[in-house]
This record gives sequence, C-alpha cells and structure tokens, in this order.
Amino acid sequence: MRRIGVFVCHCGTNIAATVDVKTVAETLGKEPAVVYATDYPYMCSEAGQNIIKDAIKEYQLEGVVVCSCSPRMHEATFRKTVAAAGLNPYMLEVANIREQCSWIHKDIPEATAKAIVLGRAAIAKVLLNTPLIAGESPVTKRALVIGGGIAGIQTALDIAEAGYPVDIVEKEPTIGGKMTQIDKTFPTLDCSSCILTPKMVECAQNDKITIYSYSEVEAVTGFVGNFSVKIRRKARFVDEDKCTGCGACTEKCPVKNIPDAYNLGLSNRHAAYIPFAQAIPNVAVLDSTRCIKLTKGKCGLCSTVCSAGAIDYEQKETFVEEKYGAIVAATGYNPINIDGYDEFAYSQSKDVVTSLEFERILKADGPTEGHLQRLSDGKQPKTLVFVQCVGSRESGSQHGCGKEYCSKICCMYTAKHAMLCREKYPDTDVYVFYIDVRTPGKNYDEFYRRAVEQYGVHYIKGMVGKVAPQSDGTLDVQASDLISNEQLHIKADMVVLAAAIEADKSARPLATMLTASMDTNDFFTEAHAKLRPVESPTAGVFLSGVCQGPKDIPETVAQAGAAASKVIGLLAKDKLSCNPCVSHSDPMKCNGCSSCANVCPYGAITYEEKDFSRRQDGSMIRRVAVVNEAVCQGCGACTVACPSGAMDLKGFATGQIMAEVDAICK
Amino acid sequence: MQSEMMKRASELLADGTVVRVLGWKNGEFVYDPTPAVFDSAEALEKDFVYHDFCGSNLSKYLIKLSKLEGKTLVFLKPCDSYSFNQLLTEHRIKRENVYIIGVPCDGKLDPDKVREAGAEGILGITTDGDTVKAETMYGEVSVSKKDCLLERCEVCKSHKVVVYDEMLGENGEENPESGRFDMVAKLEAMTPEERFAFWRGELSRCIRCNACRNICPACSCEQCVFDNPASGVSQKAAADSFEENMFHIIRAFHVAGRCTDCGECSRVCPQHIPLHLLNRKFIKDINTYYGEYQAGAEEGSRAPLVNFTKEDCEPNVVYKGGSK
Repeated sequence: MRRIGVFVCHCGTNIAATVDVKTVAETLGKEPAVVYATDYPYMCSEAGQNIIKDAIKEYQLEGVVVCSCSPRMHEATFRKTVAAAGLNPYMLEVANIREQCSWIHKDIPEATAKAIVLGRAAIAKVLLNTPLIAGESPVTKRALVIGGGIAGIQTALDIAEAGYPVDIVEKEPTIGGKMTQIDKTFPTLDCSSCILTPKMVECAQNDKITIYSYSEVEAVTGFVGNFSVKIRRKARFVDEDKCTGCGACTEKCPVKNIPDAYNLGLSNRHAAYIPFAQAIPNVAVLDSTRCIKLTKGKCGLCSTVCSAGAIDYEQKETFVEEKYGAIVAATGYNPINIDGYDEFAYSQSKDVVTSLEFERILKADGPTEGHLQRLSDGKQPKTLVFVQCVGSRESGSQHGCGKEYCSKICCMYTAKHAMLCREKYPDTDVYVFYIDVRTPGKNYDEFYRRAVEQYGVHYIKGMVGKVAPQSDGTLDVQASDLISNEQLHIKADMVVLAAAIEADKSARPLATMLTASMDTNDFFTEAHAKLRPVESPTAGVFLSGVCQGPKDIPETVAQAGAAASKVIGLLAKDKLSCNPCVSHSDPMKCNGCSSCANVCPYGAITYEEKDFSRRQDGSMIRRVAVVNEAVCQGCGACTVACPSGAMDLKGFATGQIMAEVDAICK
Repeated sequence: MQSEMMKRASELLADGTVVRVLGWKNGEFVYDPTPAVFDSAEALEKDFVYHDFCGSNLSKYLIKLSKLEGKTLVFLKPCDSYSFNQLLTEHRIKRENVYIIGVPCDGKLDPDKVREAGAEGILGITTDGDTVKAETMYGEVSVSKKDCLLERCEVCKSHKVVVYDEMLGENGEENPESGRFDMVAKLEAMTPEERFAFWRGELSRCIRCNACRNICPACSCEQCVFDNPASGVSQKAAADSFEENMFHIIRAFHVAGRCTDCGECSRVCPQHIPLHLLNRKFIKDINTYYGEYQAGAEEGSRAPLVNFTKEDCEPNVVYKGGSK
C-alpha cells in the first residue's frame, strides 16, 4: 500500500474553531495507509509547506492529503509544494474541510466527524491517483472582443496597443454602443461624443483592429489559446468597401416612418440609413424588413443615387471563421422595459420618459436638437420630476420586470440631468425622488452636493406612488416625503424615470456558446469575485464592462483595460500547459458508438478504425474513439455518456470517485 | 410469405448480390425458431422457416455479420428495422455490407398463450387472418391470433419497416395510439410502497441468466460492464436482493434513449419478468420532458439524453417529476 501523509490545516480559527483539528489528524493517522499525520495553523504558509516537504522526505510519502480550504483556493499551491519535494504534483488530494465543513456547521463534534469522513474520502482517492504529466498547447496570438461599446473599444485598443491583432464583433451597424446616445458624462460634464468618437476612429484606423459591424457570433469551439469562432456577417445590402458614407441614399429613400433606434423611437428614420453622423464604419444599411426593393422588388431609388455603386440588393449574409487565443465578452446592457409600471403612466403620456430618452432630448443630435421640450406639445417644461430606482432594488416581483440589484449609475446621471436642466433653464423647478442617494466614487458626492446646494435641485426621500396625466396636459405626481412624513402632489410638466439596467439579451446565448457561467440576472460570473474580477471561470474568456455587472463609464474603462491586460498576458505566452486531467478511451471496451463525441462540448473526440485481428479469431477491425488530449478540457461528460465504461477521466477516474463514495458511506 | 422469402433469397445468392442470408430456422420445437445463417439455396431449402413464432429480432447479429466479407441478406420485421437504424446510428453495423428485405408483420405469437388456448404439443402452424391452425400431437387445433399475441404485439407501436432495400408485400403504418404506456401509467399511479412491492415481486424471480441482456440489440457493448471486473458492478450472480434489483435498473439506464422498445427482453425472459416496463418508463419520460422521440425511427437522430437544445426543460422539472 502507498505511504500517505495527512496534513490538517487550522486556517487560523476558520477551521479550528469548529473542527477539532487535533482529533482529525489523530484519527486519520490511524487509517491503514497513513504513515504520518499532523496539524498546523496555516498549512499554506511557508512554514506549513515546509512541514509537508520535510515529511515527504522523512517518511518517503507517496501520496499527500491536505485537509484545508477548497481546492479552488490552494490546490495549485500544494501541488507545487509536493512537486518541490519530488512527488508528482497529481499525487496530492485536498479535502475541503473549510467551505464544505467548518463554515457551514456550528456543532464541533458533528463538524469534526464530517472532517474525518472527508479526509478518509481523500485518502481513498489518493491511493488510486496516478502520476500525471501536463502537455502543452500553442497559443493563437489574436483576440476577439464581442461587443463594440466603450468596454469593447477600450479593450480592443489596449490589446492592439500591445501589438496583438484583435477583432471586434458588433451586432449593430456601428460600434460605439450606449455611450453614443449619451449627452454629457458625470462627474465632469464633458460631452460624451467628444470623448468617445476619437476612440471609435482610432479603432477604425488601427491596423491591428478589424471591426465586424452588423455581425454576430454564431458558434464557438475550442479552448483557451485555441478558440475557433464562426462570425455571421448580416447582409447590410451595401458594399462596405465602396460606400463613402455620403448619405445620398438615406436622403432619397422614400420609406421614412421607421422608429429610429438611435433616438429610442422618439424620431423616425429611412429604410436606408446611417445610425448617426459619427458612425464607424460610416456605411449605410438597408433595413431589409422595410426597404421596398427588398420586400416588394420595386423602387431601387437608392441604387440610382449612389454614385459609388455600393448598393447591392443581392447581398447575402456571409460567415467568417477565425482562430483566437482569447475572447472578451463586452455585451453591455439595456434599460429594462418599463411597460409594466402602469403607475408612472409611461405608456399613457409622451411626457413621461426614461432617463436614456431624456439623454436623447438633451443631446444636440436628438429628436429636439438638444432643446429641453415636452414631446407632447414641444413646450419647454417648467416643473420636472425625476423618479429614481424604477425597477432597481425591487424585492419580489410586483412588476414582473424589476431587479433586486442596484443599477449603480442612476443616482449620478439623475444628478447630472437635474443639474443640466437647472443650468440651461434656470426657471425650471426640478424634483428628484430617491430611496437612497449613492455616490461612492471620486468627486461623485461633491457632484451630487453641487446639484443640491448650488443648483437648488429638490431632493426628496420617498417614492412616487402615481403619475396621473391631467386634462390640461400636466402630470399630477403623487408621492410621499418620508422625512417630513407627508403626502405630496406635484403638478409636473415632465417626469423622467430612472429605469433599471439589465444585461443585454444576447449575453445568455453567448454564455452558452462560451460555456461561461452567468448569475441569475444574466450577468457573467467572475472566476473570483474579488481576486479575478475580469476573468470568467472558463479559461481564456474575459469580461469587460456591464456584462459582468452594473458599472459606470470610468469603471467600465478601467475594467476594459484590466481585461485587456489579462488577454495580453495570455497572448504573450507561446505555449500553455494543458490540464492533464483529460479523458481517455479503452479501445478494448469502446463500441465506437459516438455517444461520447455527441456530448463533447469541445469536439475533442474523433474515431479511427483499429485493427483488433488476432490469429485465433481472424480479422477484426473496429471503430474506436480517440481523445485529442490538447483539446479535452476534462469536463467528464463523455465518461457518463459512454454505455460501456470505456471512457474514463484521468485524475477523476470512475474508480476513484467510487472509492471516495465508498469511504464516505463506510 | 416463407416461400416468397426463400425464392428472393435464392435469387440474390445466385446473382452474387449477397453471400449469406440471415433468417430463422426451427429449433427443437416449431415454436422456438432461432436466428440462422444460410449460405446456399440448398441450406435455405433445408431449414429456412418464417411463421408466426419467428419473433426474434435479427438486427443485433449484423454487428458481427456486416464485418465479414461480402453482403449479408437480412429479413427485417418492423420492430427489427428500428433496432437496425439505432445500431446504424451507433456505427455498429456497416450498412454497405447489408441487403435488407423488409417483411410486413401483423404480430407474432406467444407460445405460452397458444398453449393456454388449447394447442398443446405443437408440431406445425399456419396462419390465415386471425385464425391460427396448429397441427399438434393430438390433432389440429384452431386458436384466435389476437388472443395469442406477444405483449409487444398487442400494443404494437409501428407496422412500418423504417429501413430496407426492398419490401416484400406492403409496408404498414406507425401506430401512435398503441396504448403501450398504459401499464407504465398504472405503475406511476401507485404509491412508492406499492410500486416497490410490485418490482420486488417481479425482479425477485430473476435467475441472472442474462438472456435479456444477450438478446437486447442495445446491449451490444464489446465488453459489458457486468462482465468487466474493473467496472465495480460486475458479478456472476446476484448475491442479495439489492443486487438483483440493481442489475435490471443499471441495464435500463444503459439502454435509456437507445432502446427502441422491440420487446425482446420480455419475450426471452424465462421467468416472465415484464422488463420492457422499465424501458418504457424511460421512453415515456423522455417523451414527456423532451418531446416525442422514437429511437431508431431515423438513422443518425440524436437521443435527447445525449443532446442539448435550448428548449430542453430545466433539470428541476425532471427532479420534481412534473411536466413542462
């Protein structure tokens, strides 16, 4: 039998306060294969690791069990420790007696008994471990950024700056994202377009960056360092290389009553259109659902006015297949649909708008050319009411679309809106209803205080209960003031709702393709909430911007840069060491039925015709599975799909897992 | 039908299309015909039979036969053709080495039922419509065919041969209203205690003869887990009642999504254990949770249990045993 050493960690009091670590070490020390067992306050410390190294040498240990925290935390640490003492790093097992034991139990005898059982399971497994040697795989030195908003743009620019080619895939006809629609940015009140468009232009001009606009990711295969991505380039019916962006087609197009998405439907556009003046690429698009030529076969006016001959009614969607070493998700957000909030009369009155619609009203290229106007009658509103937290921080689901989380950006942009109103139109009265005003961030609280103190914005703690459109065109805002404890009626000309933000709908199907995990709100999950905030748990997939959680522009840009630096760190490597815990098939038992290949998410399994001919049985050639170890990620799906048990996973063999179960059930 | 089949088989042997024929020959008795390979017209003439006791499914034998030199002619009944397709899907049969003649089927006889109907000591049978004329040691006895069908034929899911190179006679239709899940629904309606008692009663009769496994076209692994000492579940005979249950439950899990419901397991069980009910429970659940799916209906189909679609119901729906 192998000589096993057991090392029980106190983790300070994290484990030792609930688990009697001395008893655990003593009891496990009596297990048949265990020749040495001890405990120590911090096994991961240098002194702790030295205890393990010394014991390996002194007691000629052949396998090591560390009873400590989750293997996600320190398995790598202890593998290095045992390797330094001359053992194969895969002759180590970690029994998780912290997250799965001490942290979730209160009763010491109960937790101690469980820690012993977990230790026994790890001993049972390590007895069946085999030394494994990691292989290597090359790295494709090209990155893919999915989403061309400020997050994707910044990530792409930073990666390109380091000298690596990077592709941006953007589903809209132009990059730029939500920031293009915004008027001013807090806390400095500089113009959003003025700081964004130079970056968009930089992307277009950088020879390391390829922009696939009006395109979507169709399929992803492969793994870290070696992703293969199929990109669907939707037909825009305009030749991107020929179009000069002159706009002649958009002016002459006779279909002109299509709600303009750039203005959130507050104005109309033509069927031939360029989303906005600074679009990148500055190329027109034909709306295939509305263009008369494309739907009915008549018209063709745009083609006759296009001097570049760029209009192509026959254009078909095309597919690009490219290899990437790293993928960055930067799919961004949208305001939630607030149709469910009947009490705010959003669908009844044109003068009840969302904050993003209000941005469009304030911005010079918006539906009112930047003049503060009511959308119902074009008059300048005198009294404005801003309602915070519409759909944010909503417990339960009274509206069916509310979010439990704080959308984080609303307090600041509402202060900005209120300030801008008061500055440009000093004769306006501005009220803000809030639950809490949250302004952590450099110069943020000062900004909010300026709105209250210098600009005289009325901040009232309380929620608006009802907005009722009146016959004179005003809006009766009924609200409670929680501080003075009274009910208020405000006769408002305009109401602005700070709608919660949610992850873009494209994020979930993308997460499925990337095998990246998501939380219940469809935000991508980080590999570690504190220590690996821009990495997905899926190796080679990184997160940039709001797709990971609500954040404002400065935070997004900071995170985008962080994601880029992680990508650069990966692309700078020539080779990656592979996970040796991969599948392998026993050809003697393999039926060649393809069940494993069907369930393999990585396409790691192929088949070969293998000759099993023996003299006594004559010729026998059978189809058997072969695992590409560089592609296999060790998920184990094949091992459970295999009907004959031919597939097994190194390091997590069925026999090892059964031995653990047996040890626990003994 | 028998003479037409022999005629066609002889022709195909003679013109070199095939080098052997997989069919049936009588066993010790006329009611236990067994699959047999014939390599000449003379051999066919001597032993080939096809009558209403020829229930056995020939598909599984093609795993080996299709790897031999030259084409094999096989006669497939509707049931057998589903198994054939499923084995094709699993890459177990070389299609190019098989020549299929589809034969229509209106049900096969259960020898026990024929005997119970009064035909003891059967020496030969002929069927005409619903009338089965049995020549017995005690004279000729007529029984009604519909009273003597195998269970699987009483609730026949399909009279359609789904894969063939040529058809003898007219192909039939699928029969979605077969009622084959009625007994499963009855078991589902039982309390867990009643159901446990039912299965203990049935499975306790098991003698581990392995007939169900050996006949099953889905149980065609190169090495069965029960024969593999490294699998952790291998055994020669059940040591206790728990193992007795587990053999059949493990087997049902192994064929889940691949079982075409050909009913061979129950047909061959010498202890008359209704093993097909375990498989049908899986089929019924798959239909409920992932949409109607018939293994073997088409070659290359992906069984829902080894496929992922965005429309799949959430696992908790399955855990709760509820429907979508």
